[in-house]
Amino acid sequence: MTEIHLTGRAASPGLAIGPVTVLMGIVESRRVSGDPAQETVALKAAVEGAAADLAKLIKAEQGEAADILEFQVAMLGDDALAEGAFDAIATGIPADQAWRSVLNAEIAGYRSAEDEYFRARVADLMDIRDRVLERLNGSENSSAISGGSIVASDEISPSAFLAADWRRGGAIVLAAGSSSSHVAMLARARGTPMVVGVGPLSWDGRPPALALVDGDAGTVIFDPEPETKRQFEQRMKTAHAAHALADADRAKPALTADGRRITLLLNIAAPEELTNLDPAICDGIGLVRTEFLFEASQALPDEETQFAVYRRILDWAQGRPVTIRTLDAGGDKPIAGLTIDGESNPFLGLRGIRLSLLRPEAFRLQLRALARAAVHGPLKVMLPMVTIPSELDRAREFLDAEIAALRAKGIACARPLLGIMVEVPAAALRAEDFDAGFYSIGSNDLTQYTMAAARDNGMVADLNDTGNPAVLALITRAVEAGRARGVEVSLCGDAAADIRLTKALLATGLTSLSVSPVAIGRLKATIATVKT
Amino acid sequence: MHDANASRASKSFTTLTASAVLVNPVGLHARPSVKLTQCAKSFAATIEIALDADGPWTDAKSPVKVMRVKAPQGAMLYFRVTGLDGEAALAAVLALVHDGFGEA
Repeated sequence: MTEIHLTGRAASPGLAIGPVTVLMGIVESRRVSGDPAQETVALKAAVEGAAADLAKLIKAEQGEAADILEFQVAMLGDDALAEGAFDAIATGIPADQAWRSVLNAEIAGYRSAEDEYFRARVADLMDIRDRVLERLNGSENSSAISGGSIVASDEISPSAFLAADWRRGGAIVLAAGSSSSHVAMLARARGTPMVVGVGPLSWDGRPPALALVDGDAGTVIFDPEPETKRQFEQRMKTAHAAHALADADRAKPALTADGRRITLLLNIAAPEELTNLDPAICDGIGLVRTEFLFEASQALPDEETQFAVYRRILDWAQGRPVTIRTLDAGGDKPIAGLTIDGESNPFLGLRGIRLSLLRPEAFRLQLRALARAAVHGPLKVMLPMVTIPSELDRAREFLDAEIAALRAKGIACARPLLGIMVEVPAAALRAEDFDAGFYSIGSNDLTQYTMAAARDNGMVADLNDTGNPAVLALITRAVEAGRARGVEVSLCGDAAADIRLTKALLATGLTSLSVSPVAIGRLKATIATVKT
Repeated sequence: MHDANASRASKSFTTLTASAVLVNPVGLHARPSVKLTQCAKSFAATIEIALDADGPWTDAKSPVKVMRVKAPQGAMLYFRVTGLDGEAALAAVLALVHDGFGEA
């Protein structure tokens, strides 16, 4: 047996070693029978199967893990959980769709709970939901991703990634894929190493047993020789020590080598990411993506649910500023019932603020919830995909109207600072024309629009480079506009966490970066080496 | 059929009520809910819980419904029990709450 070296592109940093799990094609959708009786039987079998899987798992676990699984078994064994789904199936809705929407409604109830212990159960309910869906879809593959394993596959869906437990290590190796995909974003947020674009994975029926993944260099070694493995383990040890050192300094302020203070903010995609996180590691939250609220409920989340979530994030931040982005649907983030299907080029179509202004119902509801939350802490509201100043002005009129309506009803509210995301070159070039309370540079989209290179296409990955002088020039323009107008400029794209770009980004005059929680320690350590 | 039984039960047996404060540190969350429903299911009597003496009442044998109540620590939990073994059932669930579900 000889070791196999493959080179791809780094999608999420870090080193990992582990047994290989080969995922064959992932089943994304199932065949729908169209017969309510058959769909009912299918869902019943899936629920019972998932409960049986869990019962088996309990035997291998102890203490808290066993308690959590026991809770899941109890919930699955309760007819009240699937009741609504069976009702929906009777009206002709497919089993998977019925189950998903009923569970998402249940999850939304937990998410809006006052009490943290109940909110923490969101993850358990998601787990329950996905276990049954996997059973329904007949793809037992993703449930076979055991903790600590290296997943090798052509592609991997976000739900398959989320369904696996990455706390015990592991990594992802993809034949194709892109470092800007949603899974890559999730992997970076979780600290799971990932390499994409290594080329066809053909084993001739003999899949490898062990793999070494280098998410920094973008390389993978399958079935390493003992000496290769030993050297790799040595590197991992050193890296872990450095990581622990950086993490120990997480709570200290970020200072450059010449003593300049850099503001470090957090990007989060769901409030659960803040659980067990100390707010002292950051200077606030630079980006809360609110799409999660809409994905979970499959319908427009009501004002109370949104208010509860926003307020909770402000409470967590303990007086630090929190920037919440209004719904950024469209592009690669379709939302059923809201975005338009079949656009020939969704990235250049009706997305972000464009959609919000054209279909303002959801936007107004969100602004209302945000104005109410603003009473509880320093809240900033960020508008995505703003291209021309009139879009900001119209959005402000909507905010004014909602605040006036709330006040008329005697409901407590406050005016959040309204700013724009700079991700369209037109907005970057003319940033000073916008009457914005702040600018936040969305480097992912700014890069793909400037370089005309899609972020989800590995074939043009080399061109999709935020470090390109053209992109950096646009960032500099926005930074100078912010300075001239006396408002804050921050950068919240993936580039902020890419430590190879830290020096170039700080050279544009940026003094504020927003990154996912796992990147904080590493970024502070890198900033400390940069002279500005 | 189930409803018929329930109404007959409520005619033949007196309905017992009681209340107790949730003393365990985290309220009626995952593990306590599982313990409560397991205990409730070991009796034939109808057992319901509520956060208010006037309801709304929730089936204490359903973990899904008990979790939806989201009863926090310090809350007063009301019980309503009807059935042949109602007295024993009420004593058992009250003991569980007083005991903090073995967590306190």
